Amino acid sequence: MKLSIERGALLKAVSQAQSVVERRNTIPILANVLIEAEGDTAQFRATDLDIEVVDKAPAQIERAGATTVSAVTLHEIVRKLPDGALVTLTDDGANGRLSVEAGRSHFNLATLPREDFPVMANSEYSANFSAPAPVLRRLFDKSKFAISTEETRYYLNGVYLHVSDADGGKVLRAVATDGHRLARIDAELPDGAAEMPGVIVPRKTVGELRKLLDDDEMQIAVSVSETKIRFATPNITLTSKVIDGTFPDYTRVIPQGNTRKLEVDASDFAAAVDRVATVSSERSRAVKLSLDEDRLVLSVNAPDSGAAEEELAVAYGDERLEIGFNAKYLLEIASQVDRENAVFLFNSSGDPTLMREGNDTSAVYVVMPMRV
Amino acid sequence: MPALCRDCLTEFEASTRCPACRSPRVLSHPELSELTIAHMDCDAFYASVEKRDDPSLAGKPVIIGGGKRGVVSTACYVARVRGVRSAMPMFQALKLCPDAVVIKPRMEAYAAASREIRAMMDELTPSIEPLSLDEAFLDLTGTARLHGHPPAVMLARLIKRMRDELGLTGSIGLSHNKFLAKIASDLDKPHGFAVIGKAQTADFLADKPVRMIWGVGQATQAQLEKAGIRTFTDLLRWDIKDLHARFGTMGDRLWHLARGEDKRRVSAHQPMKSISNEMTFSEDTADADLLDGHLWRMAEKVADRAKAKGLAGRVVTLKLKTAQFRTITRRHALRDATQMHDRIYREGRALFDAVQGSGPYRLIGMGISDLCSADQADLAPDLLDEGAAARSRAERATDEIRARFGPQAILKGRALR
Repeated sequence: MKLSIERGALLKAVSQAQSVVERRNTIPILANVLIEAEGDTAQFRATDLDIEVVDKAPAQIERAGATTVSAVTLHEIVRKLPDGALVTLTDDGANGRLSVEAGRSHFNLATLPREDFPVMANSEYSANFSAPAPVLRRLFDKSKFAISTEETRYYLNGVYLHVSDADGGKVLRAVATDGHRLARIDAELPDGAAEMPGVIVPRKTVGELRKLLDDDEMQIAVSVSETKIRFATPNITLTSKVIDGTFPDYTRVIPQGNTRKLEVDASDFAAAVDRVATVSSERSRAVKLSLDEDRLVLSVNAPDSGAAEEELAVAYGDERLEIGFNAKYLLEIASQVDRENAVFLFNSSGDPTLMREGNDTSAVYVVMPMRV
Repeated sequence: MPALCRDCLTEFEASTRCPACRSPRVLSHPELSELTIAHMDCDAFYASVEKRDDPSLAGKPVIIGGGKRGVVSTACYVARVRGVRSAMPMFQALKLCPDAVVIKPRMEAYAAASREIRAMMDELTPSIEPLSLDEAFLDLTGTARLHGHPPAVMLARLIKRMRDELGLTGSIGLSHNKFLAKIASDLDKPHGFAVIGKAQTADFLADKPVRMIWGVGQATQAQLEKAGIRTFTDLLRWDIKDLHARFGTMGDRLWHLARGEDKRRVSAHQPMKSISNEMTFSEDTADADLLDGHLWRMAEKVADRAKAKGLAGRVVTLKLKTAQFRTITRRHALRDATQMHDRIYREGRALFDAVQGSGPYRLIGMGISDLCSADQADLAPDLLDEGAAARSRAERATDEIRARFGPQAILKGRALR
């Protein structure tokens, strides 16, 4: 194999590859990226056995072929090469080395045979549709903060992407929760998505997917089966296993009868929460919200570190209410609001609270209060 | 050299017999009136209590321990002569000593005796650090003027009173720090009194094996041996940096201990690190229902103790020992600390389900650790567990009923399994 490729295109491809490979793995080949040269395209493939990413980049192919080298090492080398350099990759097949040349730099990297590289089996997808990048970006960006990291509840370690009924008909919905807060984000149902099975997209896949979604004009081809999900742009294909588990019935968690309504400027609210939480103890970070006629007092009382209080002018017309929350959870949901005021709907100090942006029900957040 | 009569407590200048009562039980040491840190260890405590309460046991080998499957928790000195040791499996102990009288532990009786001893110790100093029912560190620094006698005399009086008034014997180790006091109490057992002075510390330790150090078990011992460290003299050859690099903080401690240095204070309030409970079955079992019943009851014991102390744990631990003596330990860190029976049980049950199939088991245990105050616990119920809040209220109500009418007043049906 011998190919020449522009440094920028190569960097993009290998950086995606090196973020997929596991840092600590016991199977040496999984640390490698598979480079395949054919026609006028170089293809870079990396996998951790759960996720596979394939990047295509235009290249001048002198001799077709394939080999595998350490994704992290190749990435480090390419990253340190000067911008605009032309990189030549040569594998003579005989000595088990890949030569990397750019200008006066020359590297020899150990390779492993391409035959050993595990390529993810192709599968049948039961639904194929196309969605604009901004739509997918919103679905995942607004829900991913609520993904659980608890391994015992593995079925919560991802975003539940599925088709659901909403007020205006069927929607494509993303839900994530860790048992303390929940995010439910809806998007218009793309053509052809109605038949898609509900799947739990793992946290790592959500992170990798994000790199495909930066271009507002891009259409993403999505394919879904019971066990896999695939996102593809013309150059990049990301295939991932989905979490084999049942996502809990989240609909029961979303409060329907919360009537006490608080409306507040989200950024003022977040800044105030952040300020008072400064004195709270590391572990619980509890903030108390005391609500009275158009007045909100945020307070923290941490016996061993200090106390803080801040008052905000808000719109609130219901009975007095005192309710406590984890400051971090409040900050995270408040930061999801970017256009209108944040609207909180409370029931009692022991019941889940709902938050949304203005009257927009396409993105709702639920957070469990804590005892203060 | 200052000396002291163990029988009449007279203080005098060294001689082989007490000038007052002619007793040969004389304790003399150059630093006798200066040393203040002591370790008191009762002799075969559980067995001694049993023998005291049942005179027919006098002279017989007595073993305290649970069932034929349990382990020896205490063996009296008669049984020890035959080779019985604590922590030895009961079947092995009975092989060595078939005529032994095996007695199930009566913890309330031991706790009562322990309280009586504690009351006597309280008269000596406020600085007492109990390690268990039958041993404690005492710091008598600065008490000589109050008592009119140096600590050594007061300690000798303590074990004399324990024998005369309670019918129980104990041994004293007196030194200049906890590490050496603990070693000393073991030197002259039973009913002994041993002193390790500052001046003799280096000579005393030199050829002693490092396994003498409290906390150096078989594993650490093996590691030390690999590094060529068997005695304290071996340890002295090491640089503190090298010891630290090889053994971490344990290395630092070893370096100081090798020089007879131990800065730990005798502290009356050792913070509790964990709350746990375990039991050995009379027969190995793989019966999931039966085990579930044990999990439930054990979670209850742990929760009861946590509630009584106003504590909660951030980590739940499950321990199982298989019929082949393989120990399986699983732990789970909670987001929100708990002291609730229901939550401890559910976490333990989830851990248990994850190791299913490795049975049958001979032992099961559960516990909580990474403790914090109860007011930082159970702050936020789980959003996805709708019944959680109701179960929590039910548990609090149950606790109130049990507090008023006794622990058996109300039970869940599953507690009977």
